[in-house]
Amino acid sequence: MVEATWRWNLHQEIPSSKDAAHEAIEHLLHAVSDAGWEGREFFHIQMAIEEALVNAVTHGNHESPDKVVEIEFKVSADAVYMRVKDQGEGFCPEKLPDPRDDEHLECTNGRGVMLIREMMSQVQYNEIGNEVTMVKRRKKD
Amino acid sequence: MTDKRRVVVAKVGELAIVRFADKKIVDSANIEELGEEMFSLVDKDHIKHVLLNFDGVIFLSSAALNKFINLDKKIKAVGGILRLCELKDDILEVFIITRLDRVFDIRKTEADGLKAFGAGS
Repeated sequence: MVEATWRWNLHQEIPSSKDAAHEAIEHLLHAVSDAGWEGREFFHIQMAIEEALVNAVTHGNHESPDKVVEIEFKVSADAVYMRVKDQGEGFCPEKLPDPRDDEHLECTNGRGVMLIREMMSQVQYNEIGNEVTMVKRRKKD
Repeated sequence: MTDKRRVVVAKVGELAIVRFADKKIVDSANIEELGEEMFSLVDKDHIKHVLLNFDGVIFLSSAALNKFINLDKKIKAVGGILRLCELKDDILEVFIITRLDRVFDIRKTEADGLKAFGAGS
């Protein structure tokens, strides 16, 4: 992806609060909509950033006023890049139980991470698991 | 018809039809409240069967899914049935991807849901 193609970007640190997270999400979704994303793909972007950012604020930073979440968003007509980094201890996404397994179907953890993987074109965690980078590429008609 | 903060409930005998006040079920405080209001139907109002009507709901998070899973467990514990209806395609896809369509009995319309309960026309 060539950065010159991005039509909107945002890189900042936000407080570890759900209000701040949702304000950032609203900014992103506004830009995503302005770039012409709609329908199912828009929904997928909304789902991924909601799950990633709320995870960072609540499970990563435990809503600590002493910690921030770093966000980096880039939006074009063809792709959306989202990076979220908290200041928590991280986690190993591979070790989460797959909530789609019969024995875990009614468990209440791991579903957000799985939804991100299913709905994004590309997902990558850093080594300690406190940063997730997600890319959604628009499907060609 | 009973109005709470997060849901609107219509009771028909042991069955409650539950509609949601929020178009987007994401705010964690609201989701907690939603859970309490849904659970109280079983715990306090002794409702046995619940039909969740998702008409108007355009987005929900995994935290909301967890509340529905816990509601389902609570209803099964009293020998009742939870059914879902009127899900938009995007929302239905979430249930399919997570395979929760295997846990929940999902019907297309409210009329279909009521029919499955043996209620309605």
